[in-house]
Amino acid sequence: MVQAINLALKQEMAKDKTVLCYGEDVGVEGGVFRVTEGLQKLYGDQRCFDSPLAEAGIIGTAIGLSINGMKPVVEMQFSGFMFESFPQLMCHAARMRNRSRGRFSCPLVLRTPYGGGIHALEHHCESEEAILAHIPGLKVVIPSTPFDAKGLLIAAIRDPDPVIFMEPKRVYRAFKQEVPEEEYFIPIGKAGIVQSGSDVTVIAWGAQVRECMKTSDEAKKLGISMEIVDLRTISPIDYPTIFNSVSKTGRVVIVHEAYRSFGPGAELSATINEEFFGKLKAPIQRVTGFDIVYPLLRSEDLVQPEPVRILEAIRKVVGK
Amino acid sequence: MFLDTHNPLTDDPIQIMDQDGKLNEALRPKELTDEKVKEMYEKMVFIRLADDRMKKMQRSGRMGTFASIEGQEAAQMGSVSTLEKTDWVVPAFREQLAMWMHGVPLESIMLFWKGNEAGGKIPEGVNVLPVSIPVGSQMLHAVGLSWASKLQGKNEVALTYFGDGATSEGDFHEGMNFAGVFKTATVFLCQNNQFAISVPRRIQTASKTLAQKAIAYGFPGVIVDGNDLFAMYAVTKEAVERARRGDGPTLIEAYTYRLGDHTSSDDATKYREKAEVEAWKPKDPFRRLQLYLATKNLWSEQIEADLKAKLQPQVDEVVAKVDATPDQTIDELFGYTYANLTQNLANQKAYMKHVTELQAAQKGGANA
Ligand SMILES: Cc1ncc(C[n+]2csc(CCOP(=O)(O)OP(=O)(O)O)c2C)c(N)n1
Repeated sequence: MVQAINLALKQEMAKDKTVLCYGEDVGVEGGVFRVTEGLQKLYGDQRCFDSPLAEAGIIGTAIGLSINGMKPVVEMQFSGFMFESFPQLMCHAARMRNRSRGRFSCPLVLRTPYGGGIHALEHHCESEEAILAHIPGLKVVIPSTPFDAKGLLIAAIRDPDPVIFMEPKRVYRAFKQEVPEEEYFIPIGKAGIVQSGSDVTVIAWGAQVRECMKTSDEAKKLGISMEIVDLRTISPIDYPTIFNSVSKTGRVVIVHEAYRSFGPGAELSATINEEFFGKLKAPIQRVTGFDIVYPLLRSEDLVQPEPVRILEAIRKVVGK
Repeated sequence: MFLDTHNPLTDDPIQIMDQDGKLNEALRPKELTDEKVKEMYEKMVFIRLADDRMKKMQRSGRMGTFASIEGQEAAQMGSVSTLEKTDWVVPAFREQLAMWMHGVPLESIMLFWKGNEAGGKIPEGVNVLPVSIPVGSQMLHAVGLSWASKLQGKNEVALTYFGDGATSEGDFHEGMNFAGVFKTATVFLCQNNQFAISVPRRIQTASKTLAQKAIAYGFPGVIVDGNDLFAMYAVTKEAVERARRGDGPTLIEAYTYRLGDHTSSDDATKYREKAEVEAWKPKDPFRRLQLYLATKNLWSEQIEADLKAKLQPQVDEVVAKVDATPDQTIDELFGYTYANLTQNLANQKAYMKHVTELQAAQKGGANA
């Protein structure tokens, strides 16, 4: 996935001279995960550079840059440090279009590694998508594969609104996948069906899509056919795709790493219930993180969703 | 003495012992007798041995990512040694020596970096806040601590550590500003080790020095040779005394160098020249103290070897305890989100226990 994102950045920078990449350590070092590697060499230090260590500074200046004709694609080194930039994100990036009645907008992209599973330090493992998706005016995108990462990032860069592009760091180097050289888009706001099935709709995103895929064989042994929806965009949610699937299966399991209470699962579940009240064959189940501070590495596996938990939830809704 | 004469815009870093271990006796703090210096040196060696050991453990998967102190031992030893037990130490994440000197067991420090929450527990009576990973966030806490002390007439000083990169964060400026406005007993100790991961100091600020930023907030700022134990002690002592008198905060820029990688997940050869690192090696805080102590017959290769032979088993003993410490239980993981466990968390805790049983049963099944 690192290479896929890197390729998307390279191609977009080649095509559009207004695209800029900056953030902490993104220049010479090419980012702590090497996502921006080689960009400074290719496009010079006016277009890919290190910023001072200041998250509010990074987002605040990206707002001004984007209002005045540039396309900043900035990096937050870890999503856990995005909070330093929250006043800028919430009070300005998300609202500029509305406040100025469309005169100004902030077509910036904030890329950030997020999520757990690589035994990193405190503040380096959380999943903050719900916090961001709660804010009107921000779009929140999460790819689960290298192929999607490239297509979604290109769409994000060309999007007229601020897009938070969250990269599941556990997937960064987890597996290889052919990524086409040529340009392609995956539209923001469109979910994907990564596996069709008939008994239960399992909704996931980021690293959890693979956990659901891993569960699929066990489920099959029990005679359960899973339809897996990769949400891909957390805000705005693609309800037509979800509703379509749920009308077929009548059963739903939602899987996410984010804290449980007020998490994206709660929102999805509420909306599906509004639409399908009385038509669901079982109450919706959520497999999520826990409402405790994300543990340090020795205990982090305890809070991550994984096949045993996912399968149990599936069996509950299917009744097998 | 140093605080009212030093000009951070024009002056060289304050130095008492030069690169070759030669001392300016006139400026030497009287508490730093040769015996005392030897003792401090030995403690620095102990922490360096522990640091080396942690690196090895990290490579073999027994330790998480951590930030080595290598090269900054004198900056921390000189400054933290000026404190009273009741004063506060507010660290960032590279302050193993300062934390340990002020009462945090090495075992706790290692446990934390190993990824066991037990290591975050600071013993009762030890006034040290836990490691703060969000860069630049902790200085405000130090201002609050010393402000509380002032409001309660407790006469405690708060000494807070941070790096050059941290001075770019808004929280740093807010902390400095509050401290200046409310005249709190805060000592801001910036260890300018020249890098924030790969980003060199010149990219953090267009100011000539970091110390000069204090001028704008209305209190003294000084640059000190951070690899000079004597100067670090003397200047911090003056700042601590000033704070205790009620005269307000000080910013100290300890001019030093990060000799190692940023953390165990970093490779500094990608972004800095070998020659630069080599040029800093002669300024190494250990080497300088060795040269000095040797003139007093308190250091030799043999003394060093004996010292290490004595200290290594002490490090090993701590490591053995760390290795033997169990991970947090599920009850412990849920025990500290709130003062009292909520009903929601009680349910989730029961579910987590159920899941671990289910997982164990599955594993058992798979093995059978
Ligand atoms: C708010 C925040 N942003 C980014 C990071 C990632 N990060 C960890 S250490 C570091 C560099 C810190 O540099 P400096 O303050 O000079 O301290 P040093 O590491 O040199 O001791 C960065 C960018 C972080 N921990 N917190």
